[in-house]
Amino acid sequence: MLSVQHVSGGYTGESVLKDISFEVGKGELLGVLGPNGSGKTTLLKMVSGILPIKQGEIFINGKRLQEYGIKQLAQMVAVLSQHSSQSFSYTVKETVSLGRYAHQKGWFQSWTQEDEEVVQRVMDQTGVSSFQNKNIQQLSGGEKQRVFLAQALAQEPEILLLDEPTNHLDLSYQKELLDLLKHWTAEKGLTVISIFHDLNLAGLYCDRLLLLEKGTININHIPNEVLREDRIRDVYNTKIQKHPHPKVAAPQMVLLPERYQSGKNVEIDESRLQISNEFLVLKSPYPLRTMSSGVVGSGTGWYQTFVNRHVSKDYNCDDHQVEMAAFLQANGFEPTETVGMMTAVWLEDAAYQQFNEEGFSIFVVVTAGVGNAIDASKSELHSFLPSPGTINTWIFVNGDLTEEAFIQSIMTATEAKVKAMHDLKVMDQVTGTIATGTSTDSILVAAAQSGKGLAFAGTITPLGRLISKAVYLCTTEAIQKSQKRKLL
Amino acid sequence: MQRLSIRKFLNNKFLAFFLAGIFLIIAFLIGISIGTVNVPIVTIIQIMIAKVFGVISLGSIDSMYTSIVLNIRLPRVILAGLVGAALAIAGAAFQGLLRNPLADPYTLGVSSGASVGAVLTLFFHLSIPFVGIFTLPLLSILFSFLTIFLVLAFARKIERSMRVETIILTGIIFSSFLGAVISLMIALTGDELRQIIGWLLGSVSMRGWEYIKIILPFFIIGSAILIFNAKELNAMSFGEERAQHLGVNVQKRKLIILSAGSILTGAAVAVSGTIGFVGLVIPHLSRILWGPDHRHLLPLSILTGSGFLILADLLSRMIISPTELPIGVITALIGAPTFAVILLQRKRMERSGS
Repeated sequence: MLSVQHVSGGYTGESVLKDISFEVGKGELLGVLGPNGSGKTTLLKMVSGILPIKQGEIFINGKRLQEYGIKQLAQMVAVLSQHSSQSFSYTVKETVSLGRYAHQKGWFQSWTQEDEEVVQRVMDQTGVSSFQNKNIQQLSGGEKQRVFLAQALAQEPEILLLDEPTNHLDLSYQKELLDLLKHWTAEKGLTVISIFHDLNLAGLYCDRLLLLEKGTININHIPNEVLREDRIRDVYNTKIQKHPHPKVAAPQMVLLPERYQSGKNVEIDESRLQISNEFLVLKSPYPLRTMSSGVVGSGTGWYQTFVNRHVSKDYNCDDHQVEMAAFLQANGFEPTETVGMMTAVWLEDAAYQQFNEEGFSIFVVVTAGVGNAIDASKSELHSFLPSPGTINTWIFVNGDLTEEAFIQSIMTATEAKVKAMHDLKVMDQVTGTIATGTSTDSILVAAAQSGKGLAFAGTITPLGRLISKAVYLCTTEAIQKSQKRKLL
Repeated sequence: MQRLSIRKFLNNKFLAFFLAGIFLIIAFLIGISIGTVNVPIVTIIQIMIAKVFGVISLGSIDSMYTSIVLNIRLPRVILAGLVGAALAIAGAAFQGLLRNPLADPYTLGVSSGASVGAVLTLFFHLSIPFVGIFTLPLLSILFSFLTIFLVLAFARKIERSMRVETIILTGIIFSSFLGAVISLMIALTGDELRQIIGWLLGSVSMRGWEYIKIILPFFIIGSAILIFNAKELNAMSFGEERAQHLGVNVQKRKLIILSAGSILTGAAVAVSGTIGFVGLVIPHLSRILWGPDHRHLLPLSILTGSGFLILADLLSRMIISPTELPIGVITALIGAPTFAVILLQRKRMERSGS
């Protein structure tokens, strides 16, 4: 469809682009990325014939760009630029109709039935037909952008060039526009080349990405290859981290801001823990990166307050998440910043301890009730009847954990817990075997994400060792305390 | 909102043209009728019919009326109409091309450029061989053409994006400079002084049929070129790059449109001197009434522009009758406030973020 061969050029004087070569196939959606001044817009202007090509060739459908007349080129290539000036109050329809200019022939360039049909169709597709008699100067930025998109589509191009098409659009229209473009490339074979500022949008929608750096191509590849942490960090010269999209197989990038470090050297320890009859709470001076299975704030996230709430043994509620959130709010905790768990255990029986190691430390809090202890290897013998009796384990790490360290921390903590149950000979009442936990155990791993980097937490790594020991000791102590209370 | 309803009411093109036509005819008849001697409109129509179709003999009409109408009023009104039309359509074209509602032959300095050409011709008694009486308009056109290119080149040097205000400021600088050049020439001249000064202030009086012959061919050529480029003007009012993306050969069309604008301005200035603001007021009003589409805007500007200048001329000779005011005084009295209003509207729009 489009072939760019060793092209150099730019504005008068120095060449902005140097020796650029790439190809775009029919129906492809190519994203052009690059920092400011890397030549993205220049590239688009050269392909659309606005800027002269100093060296090299651009072929469209096998024909040299220069061999196309201006009207012919407008029938092949349409452009949606970043800024459009409107000095006069044309109506939406008048504006869109101008897109037919290249298709009109003869001295009087009469308006044909076909022209009218195309204009109506593209106005429907872009959702502007409802205000087609409105004056464009009265429209919002997003509406204007869609009007100009309709104008470009009225040209019935085979190639559509877009310069940051989502720039003035709010979230829903960004998605709508890109979904529409994606649809057209797949269904109608429209070829789209679009400049993106937003790496994540580009990663989500583009078939291929072209990363420009100082006027040359850094890489031209699939999004996953282009959006690599080290590459983006080098080209954009900024701190960035990649993580997967939760629903779509597309890479996403996040910026790492240069703030916070101050105040982060405060350790999470016993002094931050408050225990009352109603709840056990730990407040961190800064948000912690957490991975947890609480009632509120579960999954991964950033949370500052951690609540383990005492509920009576016959606590039963249809929607315990809503009830828990209401409880937190009533007690002055912000549910969106809080990880909340529940237990029927008396909170004064909680076991907690701090453990130090070279360069980092952990603080572990365990509440344990084993009335409902279960042997995981024989769990099919149990009917699904959630009853109280829970081991809630909190592990706070004053260190910087990787994702795998989080997962290994959970594994290690679980193994230590099982061993504690084993050594205390806690029995599964149904099967008569040694239990491995209870049916409603919860865990929280929260890390400061500053200080010493801790890549792993397997049982014999420095962090793993500390977690095994701490969880084993605390779980044992907590189970013993609650068993003692039962005997009393 | 009120504006929209007016536009909707006049959305029917034919109605718009019909109303503009009626306006022109009324202006035309009143313009001929009123003066130191009032000529009844019926008589005017009779004279016209007699002259054009020859069905009524002129003998039955008072010969004084005939003479006033045919030798004094008619050429004056037609000239005013042609000048008004030429300035209005040129203004509309400059505005569309430069995406600048404040552009007009006068604010761009093109009128002053044409004046320099005209004054040079009168001052040095220039006469290009074979061209004869067309020497004056041709030199005016040449100078308007040179001026518009200098103004645009200069404005581009100041600022690549050529903002509205930059272009107008450049036009004013050129206007002042060229005005000074003219004053200098006038100061250096002796006998020609009266003729040049009278002509400079802008007037369509005592010109006669000769001047209509001078302007008519240029008016037809210039207007025809612009009307054939109405679509391109529409495209270019969205920006030159946008126009090229839409398939317009911008470089070529721009040259053509600027040339046509210069032809119209140069010819108008050559016959009537510098009459300001017609090209600003008329397209602005026409746009409010019929929208900015140049396919209608240009012909409508011709109709309303000529009607407007005929009435302005009428006012200029009525206010302190029997003495005449320069017509430029009337157009400036209407035009300068319009300029201010447009400027205010633009600023308000920029502030509201659109």
